[in-house]
Order: sequence, then C-alpha cells, then structure tokens
Amino acid sequence: MTRLAVVAWGNPSRGDDALGPQFLDAAQALPPVPGLDVEFVTDFQLQPEHCTDLAGRDLVLFVDASLRAAAPFAFDAVASSRDHTFTTHGLSPGALLATYVDAYEEPPPPVFVLAIRGERFELGEPVGAAAAENLRQALAFYRRLLAEPVAAAWQRLAGS
Amino acid sequence: MTIAYETAAHPENLRRVVIDPISRVEGHGKVTLLLDADNRIQQARLHIVEFRGFEKFVQGRPYWEVPVLVQRLCGICPVSHHLAASKAMDMIVGATELTPTADKMRRLLHFGQILQSHALHFFYLASPDLLFGFDADIAQRNIVAVAAANPQLARQGVLLRKYGQEVIRVTSGKRVHGSCAVPGGVNKHLTPEERDYLLADIERTVAWSQEAVALIRGMYSERSEFLNGFGFFRSAYVSLVRGDGALDLYHGGLRARNTRGEVIFDHVDYASYWDHIFEVTKPWSYMKFPYLRALGPEDGWYRVGPLARINNCDFIPTPLADAERIAFRGFDNGSATHANLAYHWTRMIEMLHAAEGIRELLADPDLLKNDLVVTGTRALRGVGVIEAPRGTLIHHYRINEDEQIVRANLIVSTTHNNEAMNEAVRQVALQYLDGNEVTEPLLNHIEVVIRAYDPCLSCATHALGQMPLEVEIVDAAGAQVDVLRRDADGTVSRPDAQPA
Repeated sequence: MTRLAVVAWGNPSRGDDALGPQFLDAAQALPPVPGLDVEFVTDFQLQPEHCTDLAGRDLVLFVDASLRAAAPFAFDAVASSRDHTFTTHGLSPGALLATYVDAYEEPPPPVFVLAIRGERFELGEPVGAAAAENLRQALAFYRRLLAEPVAAAWQRLAGS
Repeated sequence: MTIAYETAAHPENLRRVVIDPISRVEGHGKVTLLLDADNRIQQARLHIVEFRGFEKFVQGRPYWEVPVLVQRLCGICPVSHHLAASKAMDMIVGATELTPTADKMRRLLHFGQILQSHALHFFYLASPDLLFGFDADIAQRNIVAVAAANPQLARQGVLLRKYGQEVIRVTSGKRVHGSCAVPGGVNKHLTPEERDYLLADIERTVAWSQEAVALIRGMYSERSEFLNGFGFFRSAYVSLVRGDGALDLYHGGLRARNTRGEVIFDHVDYASYWDHIFEVTKPWSYMKFPYLRALGPEDGWYRVGPLARINNCDFIPTPLADAERIAFRGFDNGSATHANLAYHWTRMIEMLHAAEGIRELLADPDLLKNDLVVTGTRALRGVGVIEAPRGTLIHHYRINEDEQIVRANLIVSTTHNNEAMNEAVRQVALQYLDGNEVTEPLLNHIEVVIRAYDPCLSCATHALGQMPLEVEIVDAAGAQVDVLRRDADGTVSRPDAQPA
C-alpha cells in the first residue's frame, strides 16, 4: 500500500486563494485508487507543524494557488531548502522540508508541489473564471499522477 | 508619554527611509524614517494597511453564520474571531449565561489557540533574534539556524504548536473551519476517547512550556539592561480580568491601568466599551488610533496583549504560571514590566497558563456532558470581547428584524497597539539609527521591536514568493539614493540606485 498525503492550503473566502481547498474537495471526491492510501490535509497556510503530516508517507503532494506559476499550473519536486522564509507567519514548502529534517532527524519523503495559477485574492470574492479553468486542468493532471503514484514517475512529469 | 518624532517640522528637507514590508509580520506594513543630512532621526512612523473589507463581507448575512464566516478573515487567528463573534451572538440570542459544558469547551478551544499561537511566535519568529542577537548575520536570524544550534528547542516548538492545533481540531471537530461555538453555546462536547487522546501529551506540554519560560527568564537574567532598555517607554494597559482580578483570557470585565500602574477603570462591562475607548484617525495612517477617553487622545493610548494582561491581573489562576508571573513582576525590582521585549517573556507565561488550563479542563467531567445550548430574549445588538493571543479583540454587530447583519465593527489587537508600536519604532530609531548609516542589521532592530507585539495584519493571502523587504532612501528632491533589498529567499542585495 502506497501512503500518499495531499496537503492543500489557502483561504476559501479570498478569491483564487481558494484554489487549494477546492482542489482538495474535488480530489477527495474521486474514486479510491487500489493500493493507494491517501490522506487529505487542508489549512489556511503552510505552518511548521505540517511537517508532522509528512511523517510515515511514501509520497506527498502540496497544492497551492500561486501568482508566480505560469497558467494553468506548475508541477515540480520540492527540495529541502534553508531559504529563510521567515518573512510571514507561513512557511515555504522547501522550508517545511527543512523543518521536517530538524524535527525528525531523517530525510523527508519525496514531496512535489502543484502550484495552480491564481490572479485575484480579495476577501469575499469567488474563484475567478481563469483560475477555475486552471483548477480543472490541474485536477486532470492529478488523475495522471494517481495513475502511477511513485516518486520516479512524478519526477519525470516535474517541470511541466 | 510623548509623541515627539511622530511629525517632523520640515519634512521637505529630509531624506526618507522606507522599510516595506516588514518581515516576520503577517500582512502588509511599512516603516518610514525621515533623516536629516547628518542621519539624525526627525520623524518615524509605522504604517499599517488596515483591513476594512470586513463589514461588506458580513453585511446581509444571517447572524448565525457569522461565527463561521469570520474564521476566514485571518489565517493566523481564526479561532479568536470565531469565539469573539460567538460571544457577540450569545448576546443577540439572549444567552446571558452558558451551560458549564459550553463555557468549558470554548475555554478549551481558546487555550488551544493561545498555546499554538504563542508557540509559533516564540519559537519561530522571536527566538532567532533572542538567541543570536539583533545584529547577527541575517543567515543566522531564522528558525533554521535555531534548529541547527538547538535542535531540541526547534522540535519542541513544532510539537507544542502541533498540540495546540490538536486541541483545536478535537474541540471544534475539524482542523480548520471548525464550528465548535454557536450562538448560545457549542455544538459538541468531548468524548472520553477525545479527552484521553489529549491527555496523552499534556504533561509533556506543560513541562516544555515551563522550560520555555525558564529559557526567556534566563535570557533576561543575562542581559536585563539591554533587553529592558530596548526602545523603552511606559504606557497604560488594557485587558479583561475575571471578577476576582484573575487573568482570564476568555471572559471578564475591562480593566485599564495608567503608566504608574494605578487603576483607571475596572470590571467594566465590555458591552459598553465605547464609553471608555474611542478611536481617532491620523492623516498619515490608514489604521485608527484607539485611546482611553479618561486620558484623552494625546495621552490615552495604551498597550494590549501578554504584557498588558500580566501587568493588569492580580494573579493567574494556575499555580505554575502564577509563580512565573510573580518572578516576572519581581525581576530586578520590576524593571521588565514596561519593556517591549518583555512581551516575549509574558507570552511564554501565558503559554504555560494555557497548558495548565488545558490540563485542568481535561480533568473536568463537564466537558463530557451534553447540555450544550441556551437561549433567552432576542436583542438586535451584540458585543463579544476576548483576549486573543495578541490582545483584546472586540466584535460588535447590529442585526435587523430579519436577523441579518446590518453593521459590524471590529477592533483587533493590532489596532489597540497601533500607537504603542509607533512609539516603539520611534524609540528604537532614536536609540540605534540616529546619526548612523542605515544598514540591514540596524533596520532589523526596528523589526525586532515590532515583532515583539506579534502584529497580525489580518491578511490571509499568502501566495508564494511575496513579502520581500525593501528599504529605500530617498533624498529631499525625491531621487532614490540608496536601496537595500532582502528577498524571500533571504538574499540581501544592494542594487544600484536608480534615479527617481
């Protein structure tokens, strides 16, 4: 049994910031994949204690809205990085992996990030039409990931 | 109190330094410093872009939705907004006294929030400065370096925060967007299995919290003169206290003390907070400046949060934390009781109190009972106040006959502390930057004192790659003469200055 964690974050009431939580809701509704045990985790922001959600997993997928990614989404492996992302109350994915190493004194499991392009993040706004289309394509890509949930296969798709 | 250096007499002849945005602070804020030709500070201001979209966000929504809706205002302290709004809605449904189970479930939830928030701030945002010094190399001033130097401390930080989050998850039913509190009570009680799950790690949580208090107490013992004197000023304080004067983070009456520690008002019903607290605007800031009516707008500003609460209360109703309160108040003849950086010390005392409070509550059989909600005579106005991790949080609502929200007003902790943070910036600028060339370590001194207040600027948008720190120095003619930039990856660079 492969143990996968899907960790998505964002504020459901802040426009395209809801892409992460909406992705999670849709992913949870998909039929189970034989041989795959998926744990779904959602939060407002990535925080240090989320390193505990990586423990005991064979593979981890982070999902977030991104202003930096090109539309519709970017998919990449995450490397542990001492990138000093202490600039907000939230952590970067790489810094979270570094936190994992500090907390557990072992290498983290393979982690990939699916960064879905968002445009507007105002409170009370719904997800915009362009972001919704990006989400649709990201979910289609997720189904491809589920077809072969192993790090080597995901690595071949990274950079897409 | 003084507000000197808030406004320079002739700003047109001065150069301007902008710290925008401030790192390790949630949301958007910036500092501007006006310097004369000799680098002497003539004006120092903290600008915070206050979030004001809230009223529109809730207008027209049924009142019972509000406790859940407001959790989405802020990804940092959703539980605080949830509880303050719920208390306001208690008033609207006429629930003057909750059932013991409802009161204790909410208190348990609140203790979980206090514990996780204080742990995050101390271990991740404050400890790098405290352990390595304010002018240490920037590569060292972060939690990664803390972990390298003291892995046990970093691990405790993660697990303390995780425990607080687990209390929230178990109490509210979900990890985020939970809904424990409803108008008039709560919608669930603990099961024996949930209680036992939380009991499993509580002794470790209390012990680690004690160690955290001891750690910062030790830091103060080693460097008390420096830590106490860092941007020092005196202020008034405001917080809730229990009827017997005890620290109470969830409910009580408002108490204010002046700069000499004398009580200005006591046990004030927070439903009429505006009789004692008023807000004034200033043309240079988007954020309002609250003040105590009794002292007036010039002298009536005050501080809220851990330092205010520990100074204001008569005792803490859990023994380990109260012993630490006594040690804090008596330290060096009370020298730390007005210090900006004593916020960190008092924050850890409160974390210990939260851990003890959770332990007490988990032993209380009321948490397992099923008497959850009360109602009474309906009202059209509701006010809810709690002591959130960063300080006093006020939620005030009006509804119409159709039970829809027609007006909402929030005064959040960061707004209460607005003038105090400005004063802290001015004092640190005068102490450390006045007459010196502006460098990144010196600018970090400004950020250190702002971080002591743990301001949360109500912004839950967090898209990857944002929040660089950029410092501009602009001459009197508006030309950029220098720029210092710190990117999100921690890189500090000094790009060539460009003409304005």
